[in-house]
Amino acid sequence: MIEFHLDARSGVSPYLQLVHQVRHALRLGLLDEGDQLPTVKEVVGRLAINPNTVLKAYRELEHEGLVSARPGVGTFVTKTLSDDSLAAHGPLRRELQRWLVKARRAGLDDESIEALFRDTFRTAALEVVA
Amino acid sequence: MTPVLQADRLGKRYGRRWALRDCTLDIPVGRVVALVGPNGAGKTTLLHLAVGLLQPTSGTIEVLGERVVDTPAQLGRVGFVAQETPVYPTLSVADHLRLGAHLNPDWDRRVAEERIQQLQLDPTQRAGSLSGGQRAQLALALAVAKRPRLLLLDEPVASLDPLARREFLQGLMEITSEQEVSVVLSSHLVADLERVCDYLVLVAASRIQLAGEVEELLASHRRLTGPRRDAASLPAGQQVIEASHTDRQSTLLVRTEEPIHDPAWLVEEVSVEDLVLAYMRGATGAGHDPSPVWGAKR
Repeated sequence: MIEFHLDARSGVSPYLQLVHQVRHALRLGLLDEGDQLPTVKEVVGRLAINPNTVLKAYRELEHEGLVSARPGVGTFVTKTLSDDSLAAHGPLRRELQRWLVKARRAGLDDESIEALFRDTFRTAALEVVA
Repeated sequence: MTPVLQADRLGKRYGRRWALRDCTLDIPVGRVVALVGPNGAGKTTLLHLAVGLLQPTSGTIEVLGERVVDTPAQLGRVGFVAQETPVYPTLSVADHLRLGAHLNPDWDRRVAEERIQQLQLDPTQRAGSLSGGQRAQLALALAVAKRPRLLLLDEPVASLDPLARREFLQGLMEITSEQEVSVVLSSHLVADLERVCDYLVLVAASRIQLAGEVEELLASHRRLTGPRRDAASLPAGQQVIEASHTDRQSTLLVRTEEPIHDPAWLVEEVSVEDLVLAYMRGATGAGHDPSPVWGAKR
């Protein structure tokens, strides 16, 4: 069983934070096939959030095929997230580290690096859409 | 489905002062509604009109599909917790439950006892010696044990410390996840309610300034930042809620149903708090103008 938390300052909507936390737990192997997610009542009782927020997150996860709801019983994990993406993390991380070293050498501070990343990310996303 | 609360040009006047006017609302079933606005804006007046403690000067109000009349049948379907969560200080917790059982035809003893047990309240303790948080929880337990279809709470967390505030909202959300009950809770601090509500009603200067599903409101408002520009030059679909300018830059909060493509703007999402503050400032004149509404006591 996992426990949710919310970051009020992240700017990410609470329902998405719940979705991300489940996906994250699946990737790290904290959640496995057959595991039960906390009930809606447990989540709202802990986080003091609207029950619809939890329902929406669980519906989204269900839509992605990661969990399934058994009425009157609870919501259960039906799929683990593949290790393929996890395996790719290592090389990508090393590449990013090398890039960061280059960026610092070029005189960029943390804020400029973040701004550059965000800007490039956004432009790239737009190009994919276009 | 019948709305839980429906008002049509509802107004309440005290002497020459309108506490609430031209209030038209249509709140659907199953929502947790945040009724927000500055002190003295008309929130309590609206709640009192909804439970029949006040009679409208003009317009109409219907609760759960019926005109508000204080018949036992209707009062039984609505739970109301007034400001400062009043309890009888000399009566014990158990006395309160007995009283509730006598006064309410559909009293659910199991719900009441479960809540009290969960809160670890001592049934023999006098209500007068409970902490603010415990008193609020007792008042909530009593309101919920009536098995209401609509729960109205007037500033339930305003006087509580942060921990008690959190515990109260946790309890309230547990209740809404278990029972089919719609909730309206008022507060002058939107931050308290941001996580629990899915419907927002903003009252300021005695009028409804904004009402709707939180998700839709957030999706239809954006903050635009860019080179200085006259608000009048925006496309027709973009309604300016608030604008501020420096000699070079303009920052606008706009309402729009269409995506904004103008590359000159940095387009950002807004929070519920941003939205509430912008509409409040709009309603009470310039933000720094100490309009009498802000200073007025309830």
